[in-house]
Amino acid sequence: MDNQPETLSLLAEYETAEELLAAAERVRDGGYKKWDTHSPFPVHGIDDAMGIKPTILPWIVLMAAAAGTVTALGLQWFTNAYDYPFKVSGKPLFAWVPAFPVTFELTVLFAGITTLLGMLALNRLPRLHNPLFDVPRFDRATQDRFFLSLDATDPLYNESSAKALLAGSGAHAIEEVPDLGADHKLPTWMWQTAVVGVFVTFVPLGLIVKARFNITDKPAVHILTDMDYQASYRYGEHVPLFADGRAMRPQVDGTVARGDLQADDAMHLGIDDQGLPLATLPMEVTPELMARGQERYDIFCTPCHGELGLGDGMVARRAAANRGEAGMAGQWIAPTNITDSVIAGQADGELYSVIKNGIRTMPAYGDQIPAADRWAIVLYMRALQRAATSTMADVPADQRGALNQ
Amino acid sequence: MSSQYDIQVVQAEEDPTFRPDLVMGGSTYKSIDDDVAGVAEGFLEKPSLVWYAMFGLSVSVLGMLGAVVAYLLYTGVGIWGNQSPVFWGWPIVNFVFWVGIAHAGTLISAILFLLKQDWRTGINRFAEAMTIFAVCCAGLFPAIHVGRVWFVYFLFPIPNQMDLWPQFRSPLLWDVFAVSTYATVSLLFWYMGLIPDLATFRDRSRTKLRKFLYGAFSMGWTGSSRHWHRYEKAYLILAGLATPLVLSVHTVVSFDFAVSQLPGWHTTIFPPYFVAGAIFSGFAMVLTLIIPVRSIFKLEHIVTLRHIDVMTKIILATGSMVGYAYALEFFIAWYSGNPYEQFAFTNRAFGPYAWAYWIMVSCNVISPQLFWFKKIRHNIAAIWVITIFVNIGMWFERFVITITSLSRDFLPGSWGYFSPTLFDALTLLGSFGLFFTLFLLFIRFLPIIAMAEIKMILHKQNTTKEHQGGHH
Repeated sequence: MDNQPETLSLLAEYETAEELLAAAERVRDGGYKKWDTHSPFPVHGIDDAMGIKPTILPWIVLMAAAAGTVTALGLQWFTNAYDYPFKVSGKPLFAWVPAFPVTFELTVLFAGITTLLGMLALNRLPRLHNPLFDVPRFDRATQDRFFLSLDATDPLYNESSAKALLAGSGAHAIEEVPDLGADHKLPTWMWQTAVVGVFVTFVPLGLIVKARFNITDKPAVHILTDMDYQASYRYGEHVPLFADGRAMRPQVDGTVARGDLQADDAMHLGIDDQGLPLATLPMEVTPELMARGQERYDIFCTPCHGELGLGDGMVARRAAANRGEAGMAGQWIAPTNITDSVIAGQADGELYSVIKNGIRTMPAYGDQIPAADRWAIVLYMRALQRAATSTMADVPADQRGALNQ
Repeated sequence: MSSQYDIQVVQAEEDPTFRPDLVMGGSTYKSIDDDVAGVAEGFLEKPSLVWYAMFGLSVSVLGMLGAVVAYLLYTGVGIWGNQSPVFWGWPIVNFVFWVGIAHAGTLISAILFLLKQDWRTGINRFAEAMTIFAVCCAGLFPAIHVGRVWFVYFLFPIPNQMDLWPQFRSPLLWDVFAVSTYATVSLLFWYMGLIPDLATFRDRSRTKLRKFLYGAFSMGWTGSSRHWHRYEKAYLILAGLATPLVLSVHTVVSFDFAVSQLPGWHTTIFPPYFVAGAIFSGFAMVLTLIIPVRSIFKLEHIVTLRHIDVMTKIILATGSMVGYAYALEFFIAWYSGNPYEQFAFTNRAFGPYAWAYWIMVSCNVISPQLFWFKKIRHNIAAIWVITIFVNIGMWFERFVITITSLSRDFLPGSWGYFSPTLFDALTLLGSFGLFFTLFLLFIRFLPIIAMAEIKMILHKQNTTKEHQGGHH
């Protein structure tokens, strides 16, 4: 018995599906639990003959389908309505009807993948080796023969009685399935290669993750540079396409480009009919205009003039701090304090002109700030000037307590 | 074999409940294995010269496709005829053409399965394989059509360095999801059907390498009844899932056109009309391929004349639907009172592309009408020629829809005439190289007929006969 491998199960062979069905009913009625039948195609009626219970696979698939629906709706809502809202033609950011196709597709996708994987998992597949494969006869189970296998671990199993049962069921052959287990391990080199292979695939992923979460002062790596460096003509370049060779095309004679028609002198130049600077804004003063002026002032003016207009912006303070260093002394002209009485005494039109055209070392902001915003800034400057000369008497009586704290 | 069929056809005429056998020639389980697996195994003993000649040709054409695509990537889409106002050109025509062909496979495996049409078993594996290869060809075109192929990942909702997301309210994005889901589910369906047959291949293998590879892909299938139980349930679920999916794919493709505002595209008939056309072209392609294969590999007793007869009837039905859709488009254009719509259709039939329109009508509407005649339905050569006409006609249908509407829209000032370049033609030709290379590899290495299912049909057929014998 030492050389004799242990018997794992008994295998009985039948020629037709009908013989197998009859045998299955006998084994079922014999009270066996651990047994199976094998056939080249699904035999109808075998489920009843073997007492197989309905599979839970449909419920698993239903859950996967629901997960697909939720994922799709969540994805569409998150990307288009929440994370990066982007209006197109006044349509709602998220609506059920346009979300339907993708939701349907992802539902089917999740359910479909789960059907196959669920079926395999419930069947304990893939299983690359099975002791049944050691029986040469069993090759025909996927071709033209029908088999019944009775597991030796079944509590009712007794070799002689089981053999008698199978012989009595009309089996054409009965074989013992030997346990040759040790011979069927995966070769060492194979699983070692697989492990190394899996690790190697993580290397590029790891490098990407490292790049995403680290800050570097080196320029970004551009694998494909065609979006960054395009073959287009730039301002001032010579092109052979036109007779004058200029890349930047001049305006057609006698025309004005859209938005460039500045016919309103008061609005655009800040002067009245006599050519004198306007004393007041050429527009109605509203709280909204004041708020706009404050916002624009904070963006464009604070770096030099400071938040209160005292000429102590970040640039001025840094220049003052560096003044003692070599080469800086005497070269720096500090920004003007715009709450100064000289500035405060100038007409609105004059302040407007300074914003638009610049003055002394201050550059012109006309290209960056549109006319209406320049006037808004002038308005806000007036507020700053007023605030600079205010006293406690200007504060409403019920607010003074808060200020004194 | 055909004589057995002819006798049964006469019998069927006398007894309307009788149908000719689906598996002919006294087949047994073993003979089915020998015949089907013999196709792939035959190459080990006697290499088929026909196969090698065709494979050599297909691979050369595929190589040419590779060269054309490489040139395209290096140069840009300017090598094609796509030019204002026709920016969709041949790549999109080819895309819709191939996606349409891809519809037959899953239709046969899913819808006909749910309808319990047993004749599907003879051709389903074949048609599913054709589906997957056609989707591969289809997927190529939108990918290379985007111009900068290396940014094709913009199509998918992947978190990226620009914090941008795709626009989910666009039919073009629905298309990405529809086609990729269809490709995935078709592949799963095909693979699941292959598992028992791969196990048969494994158990018939005589070399260690074949045994290992077929063994790995059949995942240790033993034909256990407990496994079959879950397998059949899973197959039924997949069929149920794939049925609406098949109908959705070409519906979504038609949305690419119908959701736009262009005259000739903006119509509600597009989804059903596209789906009918897709089934029409898919069945035509199945027949074009299976007619030579069944004769070369001697499978006439498994893919019988009855299978072909049924498929020609489906082509007749869907071809008539397509013809009806063509007619209805004209009616709606007239009935809507919309002058742009009316112009679009008059222009289609009588404008500069009238030649393409009338090729389409002759191939798609007129040629399948020949299938009303039993003589034609039994004439293999005639069927083969007609299916090729249908394939040509369906390509022209997509050409007519895409090009005529784009080339003449609302503003006569922007009209143009589209002319393809040599590279357009080479890309289309090359996609056939891809298709046939995959197809020939399939024939060479995989079971081209669902053996397990045929055995089930054979068992059913024999059992029914025994019962009938008992009655008489």
